[in-house]
Amino acid sequence: MSPSNYRATVGLEVHVQLKTRTKMFCGCPTEFGELPNTNVCPVCLGYPGAMPVMNAEAIRLCVRTGLMIGCRINPYSKFDRKNYFYPDMPKNFQISQYDQPLCLGGEVEIEVDGRKKIIHVTRIHQEEDVGKNMHFESSSGIDFNRAGTPLMELVTEPEIESADEAFAFLLALKQILVYGNISDCNLEEGNLRCDVNCSVRPEGQKELGVKTELKNMNTFKGVHRALSYEIKRQIDVVSKGGTIRQETRRWDDAAGVTLAMRSKEYAHDYRYFPEPDLMPVVLPTAQIEEWRQQLPELPAARRARLIRDLGLPEYDAEVLVADKAVADYFEETARLCGNAKAASNWIMTEMLRALTEKGLAIGAVKIQPVALAGLIKLVEAKTINMPSAKEVFNILFEQGGDPESIVKAKGMVQVSDSGALETFADQAIAANEKVVADYKAGKKVALQFLVGQVMKLSKGKANPQVVMQILEKKLQ
Amino acid sequence: MSDLHSLSLHQASSLLAGRQCSSEELVQALLKRIAAVDASVQAYVSLDAESALAQAREADRRRASGGSVDPLLGLPIAVKDVLNVDGQPCTCASRILEGYISPYDATCVARLRSRGAILLGRVNMDEFAMGSSTENSAFKVTRNPWKLDHVPGGSSGGSAAAVAADEALAALGTDTGGSIRQPAAFCGCVGLKPTYGRISRYGLTAFASSLDQVGPLTKTVQDASLLLRAMSGHDPMDSSSVDVPVPDYSLALRPDLKGMKLGLPKEYFVEGMDPQVESAVRAAVEQCRALGAEIVEVSLPHTRYAIAAYYVIATAEASANLARFDGVRYGKRVEGEDPIDMYGKTRAAGFGREVKRRIILGTYVLSSGYYDAYYLRAQKVRTLIRNDFLKAFETCDALLTPVAPTAAYRIGEKKDDPLQMYLGDIFTVTANLAGICGLSAPCGFTGGGLPIGLQILGPGFKEENILRVGHAYEQATEWRLKKPELKG
Ligand SMILES: [Zn+2]
Repeated sequence: MSPSNYRATVGLEVHVQLKTRTKMFCGCPTEFGELPNTNVCPVCLGYPGAMPVMNAEAIRLCVRTGLMIGCRINPYSKFDRKNYFYPDMPKNFQISQYDQPLCLGGEVEIEVDGRKKIIHVTRIHQEEDVGKNMHFESSSGIDFNRAGTPLMELVTEPEIESADEAFAFLLALKQILVYGNISDCNLEEGNLRCDVNCSVRPEGQKELGVKTELKNMNTFKGVHRALSYEIKRQIDVVSKGGTIRQETRRWDDAAGVTLAMRSKEYAHDYRYFPEPDLMPVVLPTAQIEEWRQQLPELPAARRARLIRDLGLPEYDAEVLVADKAVADYFEETARLCGNAKAASNWIMTEMLRALTEKGLAIGAVKIQPVALAGLIKLVEAKTINMPSAKEVFNILFEQGGDPESIVKAKGMVQVSDSGALETFADQAIAANEKVVADYKAGKKVALQFLVGQVMKLSKGKANPQVVMQILEKKLQ
Repeated sequence: MSDLHSLSLHQASSLLAGRQCSSEELVQALLKRIAAVDASVQAYVSLDAESALAQAREADRRRASGGSVDPLLGLPIAVKDVLNVDGQPCTCASRILEGYISPYDATCVARLRSRGAILLGRVNMDEFAMGSSTENSAFKVTRNPWKLDHVPGGSSGGSAAAVAADEALAALGTDTGGSIRQPAAFCGCVGLKPTYGRISRYGLTAFASSLDQVGPLTKTVQDASLLLRAMSGHDPMDSSSVDVPVPDYSLALRPDLKGMKLGLPKEYFVEGMDPQVESAVRAAVEQCRALGAEIVEVSLPHTRYAIAAYYVIATAEASANLARFDGVRYGKRVEGEDPIDMYGKTRAAGFGREVKRRIILGTYVLSSGYYDAYYLRAQKVRTLIRNDFLKAFETCDALLTPVAPTAAYRIGEKKDDPLQMYLGDIFTVTANLAGICGLSAPCGFTGGGLPIGLQILGPGFKEENILRVGHAYEQATEWRLKKPELKG
């Protein structure tokens, strides 16, 4: 059978670090980047006698995620102990949820090559993160700062069929999580990690093939590359009559291959049983409804609103909404200047270009929405021309401040006064007899040259439209 | 005053209040007593005399500065080695926690400390509270003060022996399946297991989290009610501690039992129990009747499944609770080739036989394919046992039973027969499975001079019922006045 006659089936388990101030079961801060083993206490270090206390905010965020993607919220859920020995796990069991997770069902819409598809979510449950092993030259250490950080696990149905779809799912999920203020989704800090289950089977075969698992992937690009490789590898094996072993594999990013892990590293009987130190989570309907009322606008709804209420083209809405912070910035600017289209143009061209160049996020820029709105108003009022406006934008982007003082300081106020401009026009005509002759002979573009000369004489401050009108009149 | 060490908490409290002695003198008297008799009794595993004396002097200063004074101010209390006290060792009588110094106070300890009680020293126990004789301590065998070649019971054997030998005015213990009540009975003192959730477990090194409970071992029922009240109440650090009001238990203590209905569960008077124990308990029942109580027979039909259910649930929880002792962060470490090898070597060297036996049993009952047959089924039995008690308490204010089928046995007698040892817990594990409260009070002696205990079981959060029965019975008899003869 040829490789194109195989179908891949992929399921994802995504671990998301929630944006809470404190850890899942103790009062330690969740801050990233502190000195090793400074954000720790008897509870998150697993000291004798220490007991967990539930972080209510983490429960709210997990349920909020469920509500955003249409899950059924379990009115009664409980925590369980997942038992296995590993040095980064202080208690040698992880407090997780086994058979009664907080959220069941749900769906996320993705789009690949213009084709929309629903990926169903099986469940979302809440658990705690582990510490970090650190290896030095001749010894190893463990940093427990991350141990006990709230971790939400979302499991999809095996409905993803390609690396592109997996990538699109992760992007869509990230967008939702950022919109809901659930997680910072900072990949460098490991806020979002995922395990990938993958199998292949011949076209037409009903039952799924034997699956392998890729553990602990922490970049979307890595997932895409690893999955592309793994699907191809499995098809190669199966199409040559070989069999796939059910195993856990590791993605070697440098070599660009997946490798089988020693069987010892994943053979676990987790011996789940209910966590006796925590009471079950009982969520009354009124509580769930209150949280439902507080749901934020999701990307799809926001896109539709920007098109409908602000008259943005579909493309603009798509680009702006992709990043919540960009969309927030846009809406604020549009509100302040009253010109949505102009705000959109500035952000989609100048702003996104500058951000990419500097490798910055919009939250980190010095130019505030009120400044950009002011700049748009100056252009609208014809106080400055476009080339000057772009120069002002660059200054605002680099240094911040307010556009009017920059315009004043740089003497950029546009000259539309026809008296002054007519003098410049006369000078330009007198100095460029050949160009004038060309124009009169029917070479219309020659006029642009003359406009440019006038602009030069005005030191860039002339209003180009007015200059054009004056020149046309004089050369009739 | 030469016999300060033999006082009850209440007696000592009134001497302190009347300035007839100082807290420092009290602690010194106890230290002297410990120096004299602990070589034979072996109750203490660690004792910081300097710290105890410093706390006593601080209490004396507080008293001298006037103002209202807590009845616990300046009273020394011994602590079972399973409860964390800031800056003190907490070995749980295990090699695996050798060298560990606790960085925090258990909530029950903090509450006593804040009332001015003195944390005297740490007393012996079965390793990780697993056992009924204190023979499973990794450090020493504690003796029964009444007969030094007999066990003090367990797992709070050090607590019971220290109180009975006048080496402590009172002690804290923990009770997972009878570990306060049974040693109290074996040593002839009062032991109270409060309702699950009454006292915070925060800082109690967990054996079986759904069964463990902290409680006092004392010389009188009145003393037990004093300590109960001081330690009880909701603790935000322990989600299983329950937020129900804490009554003033002393108001429930009266000389008679008029208007009370007491049940005798027929399943608790079984064949094979020591006839001396049975007749002492039956005599106590008659005494309660004479004090005005109405006695009725009741049935707790699922009692016979209790031991099996208990050992499944307790060991399952223990297998997870004890997983943290791996040599990585604290305690003993034996190096290995890799982390997993280090765990194996550390745990092999650090845990004793009984602890290993229970971890293996608990791991087995939770493993895939066996969970339903053992753990899940045991939980169902637990519900049935709880329902048995709920039904009995519909008509009864409390139940009267023996604490154990026998009095204390000889050291070494049952050590190599764990099943025989487990069966000795038959009358006590049910209260832990049901989450109710239980009190053990002295009710006589065997012909050989060993104490016998009466168990009084009460409904959840009705400690006042069992304290009332225990107090009226205690005051009507003279068992408490008898003391073991110890040279010193
Ligand atoms: Zn912590």
